[in-house]
Amino acid sequence: MIGFPLFPEVASTIASGVDLLYFFLVAITVLFSVLIFALIFYFAVKYRRSPDRKAQQSEGGLGLEITWTAVPFVITLVIFTWGSSLYIANSRVPDRALAINVVGRQWMWKIQHPNGRSEINELHVPVRQPVKLTMASQDVIHSFYIPAFRLKQDVLPGRYVTMWFEPTRPGEYHLFCAEYCGTYHSGMIGRVVVMEPEDFQKWLGGVTEESPVQTGEKLFTNFNCVNCHATGALQRCPQLGGLYGTEVRLEDNSTVKFDEAYIRESIINPNAKIVKGYPAVMPTYRGQVSEEQILDLIAYIRSLTPVKEQTGSATKSTEGR
Amino acid sequence: MSNSSTALAHQFDDIEQQHESDSLGMWIFLATEILFFGGMFLGYSVYRAVYSPAFSEASRRLDVLLGGINTAVLLCSSLTMALAVRAAQLGGRRTVIALLIATIVLGSVFLGIKAFEYYQKYEEHFIPGPHFEFAGANGRHAQIFFSFYFVMTGMHALHMVVGIGIMLTMIWLTKRRRFSPEYYFPIEMTGLYWHFVDIVWVFLFPLLYLVDRS
Amino acid sequence: MDIYREHYLNCSYGVRSWLLTKDHKRIALLFLMSITLFFFLGGAFAVLIRLELLTPQGDLVQAETYNKLFTMHGVIMVFFFLIPSIPSVLGNFLLPMMIGARDLAFPRLNLLSWYIYTIGGLFTLGAVFSGGVDTGWTFYTPYSSVYANSHVIATAVGIFITGFSSILTGLNFIVTTHKMRAPGMTWFRLPLFVWSSYATAIIMVLGTPVIAITLLLVGVERAFGIGIFDPRLGGDPLLFQHLFWFYSHPAVYIMVLPGMGVVSELVTCFSRKRVFGYSFVAFSSVAIAVLGFLVWGHHMFVSGQSPYAGMIFSFLSFMVAIPSAVKVFNWTATLYKGSVSYDAPMLYAMGFIGLFTTGGLTGLFLATIAVDVHVHDTYFVVAHFHYIMVGGTVMAYLGGIHYWWPKISGKLYPEGWARFAALVVFVGFNLTFFPQFILGYLGMPRRYHAYPAEFQVLNVMSTAGASILAVGYVLPMVYLIWSIRYGKTAGDNPWDATGLEWQTPSPPPTENFAATPVVGWDAYDYGAKEEEKELQVV
Repeated sequence: MIGFPLFPEVASTIASGVDLLYFFLVAITVLFSVLIFALIFYFAVKYRRSPDRKAQQSEGGLGLEITWTAVPFVITLVIFTWGSSLYIANSRVPDRALAINVVGRQWMWKIQHPNGRSEINELHVPVRQPVKLTMASQDVIHSFYIPAFRLKQDVLPGRYVTMWFEPTRPGEYHLFCAEYCGTYHSGMIGRVVVMEPEDFQKWLGGVTEESPVQTGEKLFTNFNCVNCHATGALQRCPQLGGLYGTEVRLEDNSTVKFDEAYIRESIINPNAKIVKGYPAVMPTYRGQVSEEQILDLIAYIRSLTPVKEQTGSATKSTEGR
Repeated sequence: MSNSSTALAHQFDDIEQQHESDSLGMWIFLATEILFFGGMFLGYSVYRAVYSPAFSEASRRLDVLLGGINTAVLLCSSLTMALAVRAAQLGGRRTVIALLIATIVLGSVFLGIKAFEYYQKYEEHFIPGPHFEFAGANGRHAQIFFSFYFVMTGMHALHMVVGIGIMLTMIWLTKRRRFSPEYYFPIEMTGLYWHFVDIVWVFLFPLLYLVDRS
Repeated sequence: MDIYREHYLNCSYGVRSWLLTKDHKRIALLFLMSITLFFFLGGAFAVLIRLELLTPQGDLVQAETYNKLFTMHGVIMVFFFLIPSIPSVLGNFLLPMMIGARDLAFPRLNLLSWYIYTIGGLFTLGAVFSGGVDTGWTFYTPYSSVYANSHVIATAVGIFITGFSSILTGLNFIVTTHKMRAPGMTWFRLPLFVWSSYATAIIMVLGTPVIAITLLLVGVERAFGIGIFDPRLGGDPLLFQHLFWFYSHPAVYIMVLPGMGVVSELVTCFSRKRVFGYSFVAFSSVAIAVLGFLVWGHHMFVSGQSPYAGMIFSFLSFMVAIPSAVKVFNWTATLYKGSVSYDAPMLYAMGFIGLFTTGGLTGLFLATIAVDVHVHDTYFVVAHFHYIMVGGTVMAYLGGIHYWWPKISGKLYPEGWARFAALVVFVGFNLTFFPQFILGYLGMPRRYHAYPAEFQVLNVMSTAGASILAVGYVLPMVYLIWSIRYGKTAGDNPWDATGLEWQTPSPPPTENFAATPVVGWDAYDYGAKEEEKELQVV
């Protein structure tokens, strides 16, 4: 229309909810800004200095003070309540979300689909399907930002963070890094490509690399994990099959959920949380394994547990002999 | 006897106003010091909670005997400092100087023992940085403990050095008959500062040295 | 014309008499000189930034240079201009006079404060001119403590040193306000500028030590390779953010509260009315100072912070908006049935009230987590804080400088040029920063050297506005300096204002008052003045 956009596209399920609240805030801002500017202008003109009129002093008014304290208070409560419930609603990850891994590093995004297809600075997703991103940084803090979805999440080194969305419209949308990360921060950009489901499957099928599970299995052997985490009489360490998603008991009798964060921690810092009854003999792999390889290992270990069992929370008996 | 009319600064109307202002000023300064050390205490507390086994193990490598002696030394120096302020109130020039010297000596003993402890840590390769070595699985997080140990005790030691410098100045001024029972406030302020430095140590010692000594 | 009258400017001559002065008024002018230099340096970096952003490509400067430009712009403007500006210039000059004292409680600490500021400033300038720093003024770890290849430690040391200048000024103001008020000057007869300065001083004293220790830890980590904030060594980058923002959020109130104090003085004098709701405005200042310490987590909603903590910070951030709203309404009501004149200080004051309202309301967008997730780290935030800092604080600062210029210099500035400059500033400011709200919601991130082409038109508008704004800032430099030599002589009280500072000659004698005043009236007693005027007319 005028050659450049004034408002971002609406491309996710939460975008219009955020926009509605935004417009309410705009209305409040315009209302009160105009009110104050107009009042100042009006009073300045109507009561301008004149030799035949003196200023009329006032002592203030408790009624007015209470009113203009209470009204902003109520308005802020409304905004807070509306905004909080929207935030809580938006943070609930739907079931059956497509899990995609993201690793950010100076100055690119590496995206890994579960079937092995990987991409750099581009994220292909199917429309009308929830997607859950698990993200980590290889170095400094980055931030994964998709304006059209109204979403961003800081991506941290040393920790996993997650973000979910459900695209509503096919198209291409900006992907930006939104946390200053060094020299080419403004080059750490790309696009999110939302496709119709059939097109997405076709795109996904064009996979030339092996899947993360296959890579992970190879890494599990190459790093000698299989020597300890083996079956049979040689078992010196917990068996990893069937554990994903369950609660495991630790030495001090507390429990921890066997999820991606715990697996990652066990690889990097194995003595932090040791399963009850097992010795502290696992060496650390810090510095030897990259974030992407960790994600591949997690994919493999996860594959050792049938999908049905992954959402249970029963405490498995993993105590050693 | 000092000339109390020259002790009154020109911006004040009377000596009481000056005394109250000096006092309030020093208390506010001490509040800023609480916030300054507070940041370090916060950081230490966070990591102690997250890495408790490592912190326990590292803490046990500190010398409790030397730390305990230092605590006693510092508490004594607070006593001599308080007595010095009392002597200044009573106008006893020589007593003030003697007690300030005693405080400085005790403070220096503290710093000497601290320097020795630092040297021990250097020999044991516990100084954080490229030459840090700590055997065992908790080594990495022990380095965080020692980082806080050196920054916090180092900052504390720096404050003590400044305090000793201030006391030397007070000795010099006392020699030059600057103070009297009517005007002894700088010595009182020095006392407040020194007591604060002492209190910081009273928190540092158990927090750093006495973790999990069962 | 009393050319033989001795006052604080002519009582002694020579560089030594200025560099070793204990007079709060001379120290204020030393600060004025220093912060003006830093303002124009920070402004020069802003010019380069806006020039680069005329085109979508990064073509004016290299990426690394651009990163240094916005970092240094932020560091200089925040730490070396905005934080000291009103307190160290206007506060230093006026606080003792407004309460009827001869000087601050600790004049030598005041001078030390200027020296510390200058040393810290020189350190930072050294860092700037030997290659600069590129971490952003927020120094997020682990980039700043491990990965950055620029002069992080030097800059951190410079800011660390200058922080003590802030602490000493705050300490001086608190003790002075408590202990040195003239007889009869009770707390509730104080000018509101004193209340604001007091609230600001509390924040300075309690908050600054935390940034000091935070920067110290970053420097130690960087120098020795230890892991306080570095996750590879077990550290937590979020701990840095908590420590950093614990100071840096209250810091923004250090920047705006004194401006609000100035506005209270201007609005009353140029409406010839006492302020509407004196105690509400006074208590609001204190409320802002207290609540301001409780909201730092609103800078960290998407950082990985717990969502429950986020909700608490969100709620408190809404609460801190309320005392600010109360002030705006009280100022506006002060104009009602007043006798309003359009002198330049009043134009700046009215501009402040309007722009602070808009800017403050855009803060609500950021306090709302669901919206902040979208606009965090975009130009929306940049627009928000410039509305408050520039549309607010800088306008209040200029308004105050103009208002008290006759008292400080004994001369009148040219009113026509001043009103023109105020309008230029207002227009230039809005054209520069309003488009940035739109850019932010569109999704343009902060700290971007290059950007997608569809953002160009709004960026060009913003740069056009900046060039107008620059003119608006240069004009006062020119005519204020001109007025020192060629301006008309000001009388003791050219504005016929209330306030003890106007009861002494312009410029004031070194001791401020011939005899300590005894106060028997409330602040802003314009009613009595209006009665006098009426009697005179009759």
